[in-house]
Amino acid sequence: MRLAIREALLAFRRAPLLSALGITTIAFSLFAFGLFGLVAINIREALRAVEDRVELRAFLVDGATEESMSALLGDIAAFPEVREVGYVSPDSALARSREELSEFRDVFDASVLPGSFEIRLNDDYRDPVAVQSLADRITSYPDIEDVRFGQEWVAKLYRVRTISVFVGTGLGIVFALVAVMIIGSTIRMAVLARAREIEIMRLVGATNGFVRLPFLIEGLLKGALGGLLAAALTWATHTVVSRSLFETVFFTPTQVMIGVLAGAAIGFLGSLLSVGRHLRAVWRDA
Amino acid sequence: MSGVLRLDAATKEYPRTGVALKDVSFEVQKGEFVFLTGASGSGKSTLLKLLSFAERPTRGEVKVSGFSSATLRDGDIPQLRRRLGIVFQDFRLLTDRTVEANIAFALEVTGTPAAAISPKVGRLLTQVGLASKATAMPHELSGGEQQRVAIARALANDPFLLLADEPTGNLDERATRGIVQLLREINALGTAVIMATHDLSLIMRSGYRYIELERGDVLYDGTDARRLARHQ
Repeated sequence: MRLAIREALLAFRRAPLLSALGITTIAFSLFAFGLFGLVAINIREALRAVEDRVELRAFLVDGATEESMSALLGDIAAFPEVREVGYVSPDSALARSREELSEFRDVFDASVLPGSFEIRLNDDYRDPVAVQSLADRITSYPDIEDVRFGQEWVAKLYRVRTISVFVGTGLGIVFALVAVMIIGSTIRMAVLARAREIEIMRLVGATNGFVRLPFLIEGLLKGALGGLLAAALTWATHTVVSRSLFETVFFTPTQVMIGVLAGAAIGFLGSLLSVGRHLRAVWRDA
Repeated sequence: MSGVLRLDAATKEYPRTGVALKDVSFEVQKGEFVFLTGASGSGKSTLLKLLSFAERPTRGEVKVSGFSSATLRDGDIPQLRRRLGIVFQDFRLLTDRTVEANIAFALEVTGTPAAAISPKVGRLLTQVGLASKATAMPHELSGGEQQRVAIARALANDPFLLLADEPTGNLDERATRGIVQLLREINALGTAVIMATHDLSLIMRSGYRYIELERGDVLYDGTDARRLARHQ
């Protein structure tokens, strides 16, 4: 094991340029993936902020009693779709309308505006079907006059979200595949540069495990270093954008860790595959 | 005398190029020196690959020091290789390490204790006559010297059999004589040697047994040097 680590480190020292090039290549392919991920999570975050505003408003019939209203309030709050529900009295509705539409200040009168419930929804229930079904259920109560929500707007938002998930997943897979291919060929080049060493090791009777180990360590290290570098580059990009353009969110530490580990894993697997090829080969003819 | 290797009707067929060796049978005794000759493509290299278990026969059996091609598992091949020395025409040294590091490499990768490596490398270098070149890089050496380093490396694990594939193919006459002399000395210490060569005069001068291959067949197996004189 010690010899394997020594050989792996020696490989870095003997071919510093090739190693640096390899790590940089790995870093940039993971960086591209990281940037894509950054865009994806920020779009998702922005959509979530918009979705947060999906709400229903249930207007009460005139003359609903206090008791029936509070029973209704309890019923609505108990629906799984509902995150929170609040009562807006005719007076506060009037105050709000006067504030929002100041030119009609004098037209409004508390008796014109009905009392209503403002209903906010849980994350998983903001698609058009779920919203409609909740609206129907609420409408069926005799004390409810009407339920309103921006039907078209909700449908459109939902479409945007679906498209962004599909496009995001598709692009993510493409980016990840490209990263895997680039890292794979980088590692293969490093192994190819030492094909002679592998041949000699086999010639003198080194076991396959022994031949593999330094390359696996080297691949693992390169992948992990490339991953760290990519994480740093992505972080730098995020910081610059956040400071100069607009606030962005960054990956969670767990996500960063997964990214770096993925880099190490790809490096490891790439080495395993390309060394395996050399281990199966027969001697060159002299 | 006991046999160090035996071939029993060994046949090697390649999917694309066809039969490279057919029904080859012979035996080599402990401490024997045998030349292998024949035109290019006659099967010399294929034979050496079978003997080093780089490849397995398509039919028949290859037996080297109790290891049989019929039963040996791939995972055990390294154990056999540690008891073989293999030398090539193009030396196959690691060009980015010194002479002594090249030889030490063979000992390190086979798990020799670190303390034993340096004295052993010194002894090997003395044996091949390169004690003064320990710290030289391979490119600073002549072809003959590089081949000596390769031979020292092949001897590192005390092989009972040395396989040499045209070891003098890239060398001038003087260097060739030196290498052959070295191989004879190694042989005199008890290691069997199988050397493939094109150089018939080498075989004639030695008087050793030689096996001549032609298109994968054994054409001749014996010590009659006069046959070769007619060839020339």
